[in-house]
Amino acid sequence: MFENLSYPALQQYWWIIISLLGALLVFLLFVQGGQTLIYRLGKTETERALLINVLGRKWEFTFTTLVTFGGAFFASFPLFYSTSFGGAYWVWMLILFAFVLQAVSYEYRKKPDNFLGHRTYEAFLFINGAAGTILLGTAVSTFFTGSQFSVNENNFSQWETATHGLEAAINIQNLSLGLAVFCLSRVLALLYFIKNVNHDEIIARAKKQLLVNAIPFLVFFLLFIMLLMLKKGFAVDPLTGLVFMEPFKYLHNMIQMPVAGILFLTGVVLVLTGIFLPVFSFQSFGRQGILFAGTGSILTVFALFLIAGFNHTAFYPSVFDLQSSLTIYNSSSSRYTLTAMSYVSLLVPFVLAYIIYTWRAINRKKIDISELENESHTY
Amino acid sequence: MDVSLVDWSRAQFALTAIYHWLFVPLTLGLSFIIAFMESIYVKTGDEEWKKITKFWMTLFGVNFAIGVATGIILEFEFGTNWSNYSWFVGDIFGAPLAVEGIMAFFMESTFIAVMFFGWNKVSKKFHLVSTWLVAAGANLSALWILVANAWMQYPTGMHFNPETARNEMLNFWEVLFSPVAINKFLHTVTSGFVLSSVFVVGISAWYLLRKRNQMLAKRSMLIASVFGFVMSLFLILTGDGSARLLARHQPLKFAAMENLYEGQSNAPLVAVGILKNDNTEPKKKDFLMKLEIPGVLSFMAFQNFDAYVPGIRDLVHGNPEQGIISVNEKIAKGKLAIEALKEYKEAGKTGDTAKADSASAVLNSNFKYFGYGYLEKPQDAIPPIGPAFYSFRIMVALGMWFVLLFILTVFFVFFRKPEKIKWYLYLSVLSIPLAYLASETGWLVAEFGRQPWVIQDLMPASAAVSRLTTGSVQTTFILFAVTFTLLLIADIKIMSKQIKIGPKDGGEK
Repeated sequence: MFENLSYPALQQYWWIIISLLGALLVFLLFVQGGQTLIYRLGKTETERALLINVLGRKWEFTFTTLVTFGGAFFASFPLFYSTSFGGAYWVWMLILFAFVLQAVSYEYRKKPDNFLGHRTYEAFLFINGAAGTILLGTAVSTFFTGSQFSVNENNFSQWETATHGLEAAINIQNLSLGLAVFCLSRVLALLYFIKNVNHDEIIARAKKQLLVNAIPFLVFFLLFIMLLMLKKGFAVDPLTGLVFMEPFKYLHNMIQMPVAGILFLTGVVLVLTGIFLPVFSFQSFGRQGILFAGTGSILTVFALFLIAGFNHTAFYPSVFDLQSSLTIYNSSSSRYTLTAMSYVSLLVPFVLAYIIYTWRAINRKKIDISELENESHTY
Repeated sequence: MDVSLVDWSRAQFALTAIYHWLFVPLTLGLSFIIAFMESIYVKTGDEEWKKITKFWMTLFGVNFAIGVATGIILEFEFGTNWSNYSWFVGDIFGAPLAVEGIMAFFMESTFIAVMFFGWNKVSKKFHLVSTWLVAAGANLSALWILVANAWMQYPTGMHFNPETARNEMLNFWEVLFSPVAINKFLHTVTSGFVLSSVFVVGISAWYLLRKRNQMLAKRSMLIASVFGFVMSLFLILTGDGSARLLARHQPLKFAAMENLYEGQSNAPLVAVGILKNDNTEPKKKDFLMKLEIPGVLSFMAFQNFDAYVPGIRDLVHGNPEQGIISVNEKIAKGKLAIEALKEYKEAGKTGDTAKADSASAVLNSNFKYFGYGYLEKPQDAIPPIGPAFYSFRIMVALGMWFVLLFILTVFFVFFRKPEKIKWYLYLSVLSIPLAYLASETGWLVAEFGRQPWVIQDLMPASAAVSRLTTGSVQTTFILFAVTFTLLLIADIKIMSKQIKIGPKDGGEK
């Protein structure tokens, strides 16, 4: 089946899978956002325990999606993996460090004799929630703003700054996406709590927090999109393969790939609907904001990945040496590997099906404090 | 290349791998032991089995969390610290990591949520299926990363493409089902099963010593000792398979494990030995004392007591009688291959196809030794002998002890009252740290023994490393060393406390 696809078609197929994983990852960052809101929404130990247990049943999905995103990138676009991870060392190491702290914190927080005390583990969750989202957003923004690296004739890469990736944080556009992702993760978390927690005070506080986080999200997101649409982009000449700067490249991509443009606009509308649903509706329908905002954020991020890599665009550009920029065609695995991996990708719908099935089985009933009291395994 | 950068990058990877491997084996085996226990609960409806299952599940959860924490770093360190490696073999090596994520990690993380939180939310049977799927997912993830590791020790199913300057996969099945991959997977997971069984037997013995939770202890011992005994036999079998594969594919590792300097027929196995420095040649070690079993090494390697086993000297300096070429010759061939790649690239720029064809021919005929071209002197090809030699002996001796421990446990549980046999109970408790020691030394043999290669014969560590400053790697090394150590202390304290608390809901007698 996949053998019949051309090499570029396989490369595009894998960029779509990477985009999908990236989009799902951003949605699942609601766990991280929630971790930064525990003290804002939970005023007593019991309320905080409730919030942490709500998130604790989902944290592994975000974690696993991040790991799979990394693994899939390695398998399909190894030159990106070797260039970015080996070059922007500090950004990735700090992201990983934040996730290391998260992995133990749920399980260890309330266990007796846990050595560091429950406040430390809660601090770890906060660090993961804040640093993880901001740094991931910043790192992804470099797909549009570029980085300083070179790739030699043997495809061995060299980062050209001593700060090894930290320089990305002083770029206003990168920072605005980082902060937008951070605020979005908090908005999604609030909507998730509103839908899944059965606790009136927490829901009332979550509703109050919604606009407090949604407004800065919209400001940072609009700033990022505005800068993106107006900037010169990293275009690739399809005949020569040479990379050059094209004015309004990403705006052109949105227009020239109407699917991406429509997905993006639909996504934004859905996110806005999700945010305003609980504000204006107090019926049970008003609790469904996460479904709209979640779907919307997946569509929006998916569209952003599409305009980063498709339509003759370098998805990981180098501002040090334009011709070292990575495209989905010069950085991918061989045709054989992409074909073999494409067969593996057929498992994805099956994986999604069992995730949705078990997710619904666990979320069937809203979580309340009495459930925690009767549960043998709590965080 | 900055040697200190290579060494610090190695140290960081070793640190992460050693810490990670402290937690993985217990996940691999305990997940199955829990699944056995829950199956008995579902079959018999005996609530006591449910309590036993839940007790071990709590320990599983504590261990699993820190295993995940240390694991994420490993996956990304291939890129962060071994950037050139990631490109050189990413076309082959990346695929198992991606499959691991898609097939195994999601299965594990999805059903673990059901396993812990689904007792009152899903049916008994669905819960049991989830517990089994957690065990399957954990072991499947081990499969893929071990396939990747095995490929580094025995690269197969690929060819070198000079156009892209990397190895490209030719046959996925050859990578997945290479004899080294199959053996490594079976040997490694069974070692995890044995460690977990020792863990369960040891903690159960502690309860018996404290005269508490006796039913939990005896039932757990029964399951763990039978599982552990069967798996330890399998472990010996796959260990034997490993030796044969090493002798063929990584002979220098094999010779270093034995400190066999001069090759010989009817080569003896050193059962016990103490090494001392021998300054007549760099890296050479002599024996201060040794106890040998004649012919066994030849048999282990080639199923023939009279077979010739090449020693370090033969492999480094060559032995024409045995058809072994010297490392110096390999270095020369490796340099030819590297030079040919350069010429190929230059020819590509100028469009000189004749030159490109001839460079490609030279490259192909010498590619087998490509990595040797990065070595400076023949001795660079010799792995650290001391760590490989001692680690191997510790691993084997402890492995034998565990077989005996399981036999004793089965015998005492079925025919005696184990709670009354104090020496056995103390030895069982003491065996828990020994199981971890055996497990870690197994990896030390594998990883020290394959030095200096990240990919056997094709790429040494010095050529694979990311071009970072040594200071950056030192800083992250310290960051992770401190963090992992703090988390390990927390893990041990929490585990100890949970064991002291025992099963929830009061448990029985």
